[in-house]
Amino acid sequence: MKRQIPLVVCFIAGIIFLLQYFTPHPWPTYLAERMLKWTIVIGFFALGLGIISLWITHLPKVMKQAPGWGYNAVSLAGFLGMVVTGLVWGKNPGTPFIWMYNNLMNPITATMFGLLAFFIASAAYRAFRVRSLLATILLVSAVVVMLGRVPIGDYFFDMLVAPLGYHGVLGAAANWLLNYPNVAAKRALNVGIGFGQAAIALKILLGIERSYLGGDK
Amino acid sequence: MSFLGLGMILLPVLASPLHADASAAPAPATSTTAAASSAAAATAPTSAAPATGAPATGDAPGEPVSGEGPGAAAPAGPPPEPPSEVTAKDKPGDEGKHVTVRWKISPDDGAGTRSVIGYEVLRGPAAGGPFTATGTKAPAGKTEAVDEVPADGTDYWYAVRAITITGATSDSPAFGPARSTAQWFNPEKTSVAVFTLIFCTAAAIILAMARGGTHFYIRPIGGINAIDEAIGRATEMGKPILFVPGLQEADNVPTLAAFSILSRVAKKAAEYQTRLIVPCYYSMVMIVAREVVKGAYLEAGRPDAFQEKDVFYVTQEQFAYVAAINGIMLREKPATNFYLGAFFAESLMLAETGFMAGSIQIAGTDQPIQIPFFVAACDYTMIGEELYAAAAYLSDDPKQKATLKAQDLGKAVVLALTGAGAMLWAFLPTWAVWFSKMVADGEFLWSRVAGLFGMGS
Amino acid sequence: MSWKALAAVDRRVIFVILIAGILLPMVFPLKMPIAVTPEVQSVYDRIESLQKGDTIMMTMEYDPSTLAEMQPMTYNMLRHVFRRGAKVVAVCLFTTGVSQVEQDLKKIADENGKKYGEDYAYLGYKPYPAIVITALGQDFRNPFPKDYYGTPTDSLPVMKGIKNFSSVKLVLSVNATSGVDFWLQYGQSRFRFPLAIGMTAVMASDYYTYVQSGQLVGLIGGLKGAAEYETLMHEKDGYATRVMNIQSVVHCIVVGFILVGNIAFLMSGGKFRMGGRA
Repeated sequence: MKRQIPLVVCFIAGIIFLLQYFTPHPWPTYLAERMLKWTIVIGFFALGLGIISLWITHLPKVMKQAPGWGYNAVSLAGFLGMVVTGLVWGKNPGTPFIWMYNNLMNPITATMFGLLAFFIASAAYRAFRVRSLLATILLVSAVVVMLGRVPIGDYFFDMLVAPLGYHGVLGAAANWLLNYPNVAAKRALNVGIGFGQAAIALKILLGIERSYLGGDK
Repeated sequence: MSFLGLGMILLPVLASPLHADASAAPAPATSTTAAASSAAAATAPTSAAPATGAPATGDAPGEPVSGEGPGAAAPAGPPPEPPSEVTAKDKPGDEGKHVTVRWKISPDDGAGTRSVIGYEVLRGPAAGGPFTATGTKAPAGKTEAVDEVPADGTDYWYAVRAITITGATSDSPAFGPARSTAQWFNPEKTSVAVFTLIFCTAAAIILAMARGGTHFYIRPIGGINAIDEAIGRATEMGKPILFVPGLQEADNVPTLAAFSILSRVAKKAAEYQTRLIVPCYYSMVMIVAREVVKGAYLEAGRPDAFQEKDVFYVTQEQFAYVAAINGIMLREKPATNFYLGAFFAESLMLAETGFMAGSIQIAGTDQPIQIPFFVAACDYTMIGEELYAAAAYLSDDPKQKATLKAQDLGKAVVLALTGAGAMLWAFLPTWAVWFSKMVADGEFLWSRVAGLFGMGS
Repeated sequence: MSWKALAAVDRRVIFVILIAGILLPMVFPLKMPIAVTPEVQSVYDRIESLQKGDTIMMTMEYDPSTLAEMQPMTYNMLRHVFRRGAKVVAVCLFTTGVSQVEQDLKKIADENGKKYGEDYAYLGYKPYPAIVITALGQDFRNPFPKDYYGTPTDSLPVMKGIKNFSSVKLVLSVNATSGVDFWLQYGQSRFRFPLAIGMTAVMASDYYTYVQSGQLVGLIGGLKGAAEYETLMHEKDGYATRVMNIQSVVHCIVVGFILVGNIAFLMSGGKFRMGGRA
């Protein structure tokens, strides 16, 4: 019974959402929107549990001064700082919350995203190897697109092909690769992913897949 | 399953008030102030005889047609010829409160000093009026507009007013009654409904075959076969396993697929007494992941070994989450990293840091743009739907594998339709147009299906 | 240095070369023409077709991490929309981008002399994009009864006559998140409004399918797309155009790394096979 009720609830809720996709009638749409609003409420309580988990993870390390406890203290200070300043002074322009957002969060997240360029460079040097024919084709396509999508590619390549009367060849080649082979491959992937998602949804709806309840039986 | 199939079959039957117009799919319903959608020939007659309210001309826009209300200053210029052949009927496949009004344009549309520059829809409660301007307008040349009515189930009469550049107007004869209702089925979704029905039916048949003992072959998938080996490596090295369930909510499919695999990985980790760390992006994911891991430890007979603090919430900020996981990887030096779920720009950062930490890495995501990064940097990658197949593969449950075969069948159908469409476009383009409409145009398909079963007026 | 050592060079060397490649074009800027792609041209043409008084919905879903790519295209498109005399109703469906979007919107609106409430409105943020988009399809006021500043949405002059997606001429989404899929699945496929998207370059390759199928009016991909838009707007020294020149050099450096890495791989005994995995 303990496991049957969630399965029945899941089935009924799934059917409602499935039907409301096909029907424009206001009743199923109203029901579905109501249920989606319940998830917001549930999410709010889940957020509370998440915050408790955050404190349980970091606070003991700060109290015991475990190795690297400074970072845990910074995490908790950041959390408290944003919450307190936001509640006390609000989030309008000129408040401490916005100051911290603009001068701390903005540069930090932008820096982290900027690190991606370095990771790409080191991955490109380490991993892009011509081990096989397929790898070579992948490599050549990557080089064409990388150079074709920036002005410098056409600028230098045109020097080679301009005497033959061509212009913008590399950019056109990059665009062709993006619009044809890339689209074909992505479409195939998307079809497979779509059916995969439908299969998972069907399994959950029918109670075949129950791992989200905790345990298989 | 029976509910689903029954629902799929009953829905079109419930949608019987729909008519069987053979028109092309129109643009979406316009609001009371937007211009009309593309012109479509009005072919379906309504059941009510048209009323013959006397048209009134010369009224200013927005004023009641039948002379009630304040008088307006007479506009300069002669009035144009009125529009004609006005019809009004319930807009099909909508949530109600919309009536589609069609007319034949005024002979003065776009010509001469009486040149009509637009039309306005007038609505009244009876054939004799009073008619008021609804604010639903259409530019010159258009023959259709959608009026939003105050309530469903109420009869309204309609007239259409032609307006010239000088402000002179003339009104068509009234037409009615027209009554709006909410439909239970949107014909535009017919194609999706048909494919859903086919897929569910195929899944049901294959499930029945699986229950009957039929075994299905599934090709080996490298990433999935490597999971046991990777967990064994972590056990031998005495180092933990890191499982990252992706950056989407618990109700998203890739996260659900990750939970399925987490359950199997957690059970193995419990059996081998290997520590399992699961940092979560959303609190809800943390809650579900805890239940999944706890259940797996229980199933393995080691509930005491479950550590709640090892399944924890990190943050909902993307790069802060990545920084936290990178820190875990460099400090804890896990032997095995699993990246299973939805990943975005952080995928390469995770994979490269895991490589630096010396971990064996198994990734699986349904985000096509991140797959190349995982392929480049991880030892094994499950591409797209292989992530969804992994749960079925690992469970060894015939019912799970049956749904994999249903997926394959679905793909085979899509492949066949794509091939057929391509051949038709190459050699028989006229047939190809009809074929494309049948497959992709829900309203066209519905009109054929409804016509076949004699549904609609 | 042996080929084997070159193939396994310390990644810090790579980082230093990359930093040099980023800094040098800042000091010695290049000037190269930007070719416009059809996908960006389509977005430009659609905004160019807006008339004075038309209203568009603009959804901006990015945060400071993707600012470098998203902000230039946001600024350019907003300027274009305001110059056409059209009005903007903006929302943000991404948690950490709410304040950033407000600042960006205000900056460009002030630059073009636009008044809040009359020429543009910012409705703010609500969680769960799928729910919000479905609700927006019925009435913008359903998920957003008040705007970002707490003013009742109905009282804003710009919202007069605007009910839902069918009331707006275009939905413009500048999106660096997976929310694009929500806009396509729950928005465009259901309510059939014209949708144009600006997104990061790495995401853009995935959405050409939707441009081809007609579900997207057009697509602006990354900084290159923003630079193309600046070219169409006849901005001679736009931010994206200047940064594209730096990106050009970096791309050349990465290609160089790939070539050097492969030469070192082959020369140090690496084998090329006809078959095998990519």
